[in-house]
Amino acid sequence: MKPVPAHLQAEEGQPPAHGAVLEVKDLFVEFRLRDKTVHAVNGVSWSLGRGETLAVLGESGSGKSVTAHAIMGTLSSARAKVTAGQVWFAGRDLLTLPERERRRVRGRKIGIIFQDSLSALNPVFTVSNQIGEMFRFHAGMPRRAAQRAAVGLMERVGIPDAKRRANAYPHEFSGGMRQRIMIAMALALEPDVLIADEPTTALDVTVQAQIMELLQSLQQEMGMGLVLITHDLGVVADMADRIIVMYAGRAVEESPVRELYRAPAHPYTVGLLRSVPRLDQAEDDLQPIGGAPPDMTVVAPGCPFSPRCSLAAEVCGRERPLLLAVAESRTSACHFSHSVLEGTADARG
Amino acid sequence: MPEGEPALEVRNLCKEFPVHRGGLLRRQEGALRAVDDVSFSLARGEALGVVGESGCGKSTLARLLLGLEKPTAGQVIFGGRNLFELNTQQLRAARRRVQIVLQDPYTSLNPRMTIGEALNEAFEIHPGLCPKSQRRERVQELLEMVGLSGDFARRYPHQFSGGQRQRIGVARALAVKPEILVCDEPVSSLDVSAQAQILSLLRTLQRELNLTYVFIAHDLSVVRYVSDRIAVMYLGRIVEVGTKEELCSHPSHPYTQALFSAAPIPDPTLRGLRRRIVLQGDVPSPIDRPSGCRFRTRCWKAKDVCQELEPALQEVTGPFLQAACHFATPEAPRLAADR
Repeated sequence: MKPVPAHLQAEEGQPPAHGAVLEVKDLFVEFRLRDKTVHAVNGVSWSLGRGETLAVLGESGSGKSVTAHAIMGTLSSARAKVTAGQVWFAGRDLLTLPERERRRVRGRKIGIIFQDSLSALNPVFTVSNQIGEMFRFHAGMPRRAAQRAAVGLMERVGIPDAKRRANAYPHEFSGGMRQRIMIAMALALEPDVLIADEPTTALDVTVQAQIMELLQSLQQEMGMGLVLITHDLGVVADMADRIIVMYAGRAVEESPVRELYRAPAHPYTVGLLRSVPRLDQAEDDLQPIGGAPPDMTVVAPGCPFSPRCSLAAEVCGRERPLLLAVAESRTSACHFSHSVLEGTADARG
Repeated sequence: MPEGEPALEVRNLCKEFPVHRGGLLRRQEGALRAVDDVSFSLARGEALGVVGESGCGKSTLARLLLGLEKPTAGQVIFGGRNLFELNTQQLRAARRRVQIVLQDPYTSLNPRMTIGEALNEAFEIHPGLCPKSQRRERVQELLEMVGLSGDFARRYPHQFSGGQRQRIGVARALAVKPEILVCDEPVSSLDVSAQAQILSLLRTLQRELNLTYVFIAHDLSVVRYVSDRIAVMYLGRIVEVGTKEELCSHPSHPYTQALFSAAPIPDPTLRGLRRRIVLQGDVPSPIDRPSGCRFRTRCWKAKDVCQELEPALQEVTGPFLQAACHFATPEAPRLAADR
């Protein structure tokens, strides 16, 4: 089979033909600072199936959260700019929609939850007011009905004593309970897609397990697609169907989850899997990836991972590898992806 | 366990913070007991991991060990003397021997000082450590010891990545040649790859310099990687403590068991096959702690006795594992598929 670059597989400018509910195509995002430009996302493409859980895994600066904000149209800074790409949802490219229409999609059709629930909630309104706002703003529900619906939703996400707690303010809740409130708000209008940006990172381990369980059961109930943005390989293993590994603003590997953990096809993924101390295994010495992530203000030729890669050859510094098929429903952006996948190359970082 | 005088001994350490209510006429309304009757002793070269969730008192414990906080009761003993009975001069000398590595190396480094200047400060405070003529060389040596280039001494903190800054944090702690290193969540703000680098570094340094560690973290897998013994804290108290081998092969306190079972394992083939303990609710506020056993409000084993009587640490499987639970039962950690 002659490999075809993933971003060329579908025709330019066309909505997805198959059952994808959300599709990101060739997305580029830049931050223009005073004297330099940060290239945060550099041509990312993926699609999410109905009811599917897609994990977007990466370390800080890999562009995973910026992608989420670009989809939602909530890139906060005026300096941030989507310079190319499309985001297809329900037959329309969200990036070309006027803000008025986009606002109707955001929240109603695509929900989002963030890592830091305290700063995402408004401190001066009660939680039921904020959850109820979803019903008032998007569904035109009268105030009292919206309040009742909010309490019902709080019960559904497992907030004990919801009726009495409905008029409390965000700071009166623990981190885990606040994250439940965020989930309630995001799911109020039964969206088709939920984007969860590090939803459990700020929480304690025992609470993290509760929130993941809640997300999974609500997802099954509602049949929505879930984009799980995370740095945690354990969370991905527990929740996701498919995974995109990001490095330096690019997808470097895409795979069904089981296959990726069994045999990664990119040296960076290999390095990540060897960097995590595991409770279920004898503790050998960790084999960390050497070096540090690249400077995102510099557009260098070649593979962005090559300075940290033990397999790097001359070609890696010269030619940037494309994201190409390496096995069935798997792609990897590495000149040596086949030997990495087969384990014939020792891809130590 | 190694023989000889302990490098560090903590006896019945308690720390209470007053809780005030009201604005103008502030009244003390009670006390928050952040650290409650904590005792342990550490041999030279030994690493104790302290694991617990937010609010369990692990960071207050770190501050007490450094003498940055005065305890309500109890002692921290090293070199045969109680840290809290020393005069200023003795305290300064004692503090050189115990150093700390903090979670966020960015906020703990002065942005206006080069790395070289920051490391040099240690020698200005403890001039006896290194004669002026050798300081430059010593700074380079320290940087190389933590895996950085000696040239980095001229750079400023913002020029480094998170992982590199944490290496600098370690170098600064080591500058005064301490015997004991207290690490308070040293890797929890770092990325996966930087975390692995710092953990490897800490483990190597401990072996090479025969350092004694108190390694505080919320992540059990991280704690296990660095420690010889592990103490599990819940609401200010050690609820289980033992050698790493014992505690990790049969955790006996329900809370420890829950921590193991909640730990995400990067193996998708285990999905749905692990018998999980999902605890109900959150950690209660340390201001109104439950009566009796402090874990009983979230414990699936709780009986009437747990409400009435606070369990003390007792041996479970032998001298190498102690748990504070009326119903402590060793069981295999729930990390694998349940057959």
